[in-house]
Amino acid sequence: MPTTGGPDIAPLAHPDTITLHGYVYDGAGAPVHDALLEIWQPGPDGSRAGAPGSLRRDPVTGRAAGRDGVTFTGFGRVPTDADGHWAIRTLPPGGAPYLSVALFARGLLNHLRTRAYLRDDPDDALLTTLDASRRATLLAQAGPHRTYRFDIRLQGDGETVFLEFA
Amino acid sequence: MTTAPSPPPYRSLELRTPHGPLVPVRDPDAVELTGPVFGVTDVTALDSDLTRQHTGEPIGERITVTGQVTDRQGRPVRNQLVELWQTNAAGRYAHRRDQHPAPLDPNFTGCGRCLTDDNGTYAFTTIRPGAYAWRNHDNAWRPAHLHFSFFGTAFTQRLVTQMYFPGDPLLALDPVLHSVTDEADRARLVAAYDHDLSVPEWSLGYRWDVVLDGPSATVFEGEGGVR
Repeated sequence: MPTTGGPDIAPLAHPDTITLHGYVYDGAGAPVHDALLEIWQPGPDGSRAGAPGSLRRDPVTGRAAGRDGVTFTGFGRVPTDADGHWAIRTLPPGGAPYLSVALFARGLLNHLRTRAYLRDDPDDALLTTLDASRRATLLAQAGPHRTYRFDIRLQGDGETVFLEFA
Repeated sequence: MTTAPSPPPYRSLELRTPHGPLVPVRDPDAVELTGPVFGVTDVTALDSDLTRQHTGEPIGERITVTGQVTDRQGRPVRNQLVELWQTNAAGRYAHRRDQHPAPLDPNFTGCGRCLTDDNGTYAFTTIRPGAYAWRNHDNAWRPAHLHFSFFGTAFTQRLVTQMYFPGDPLLALDPVLHSVTDEADRARLVAAYDHDLSVPEWSLGYRWDVVLDGPSATVFEGEGGVR
């Protein structure tokens, strides 16, 4: 159930906007074209309260209208393309080095949760429990134009670390 | 629904299920233990009545579906976003990737949402969906179902599930439903017809209550819940 404006978490034309993007692959390395990702993150000031308004409708036409372009809600939703690619535009989270990610797709009886770390953090409580190769699956790679690439592998070599909250 | 032959395996599981164990998160300050939040700007009256989202009326049997959302202690989950998506009455999704040759309904998109009230109650008016062919195996038909998503009060409480209709002969043959291995758990995914919820000369009523079972769907003894 993708939504208009779902990938555009950052307020319009905010100068600090970054793009987080990547591909989703299955155990055979094939792109997963029917996945849906949800993102939840602190605001740039570290606030974790979020705000309503991620899913607004146009009051006249009733059609999905997306965000108001001003409010930072902390929540995003994006489907993968036919090639398994997705991208969101957002602000770097304050107070935490990562964005929370939930992944939905056919064949996943329970959605999967992971984290996209924008920077390595030697003191992070989760990263310190992982060996180097597993840890690397949670680190987004900085690219040009304020982009960060975060690929998700559901199974097999380089399988992404998925989380449970006990 | 246990007397029929075993359903075939759910093929999509094979390459998409991680092999590694889930890594427990014990960070008490985890971002995932908060939000997101949704409010009246996110949901209008048009969102919960899927029969009013276009200029014409959709084709099919009109139904109303309601129930209470509670947490594992039985407390109502208030003001939470509930989302619904489904096929039209002919069993086709309004999505370009659905190429099942059943007719599209120009007056039905099949997506709705509402916020729970102070009792944790949600309510939708919609059209009963159709069964559809899905190619998991030979002669594979999915039983009519509604997809539901419940946000809960934190990102980790998110629950996505499917509601089925009582008496559907396809229930016994469905690999997706039978991927839930416990019979009692499966039974909780089937709604009850409730004549008191039927609206005279308008719609048939179904009741389906939901227990949000907390992060990672940990099950404790004596606890009911849809996982």
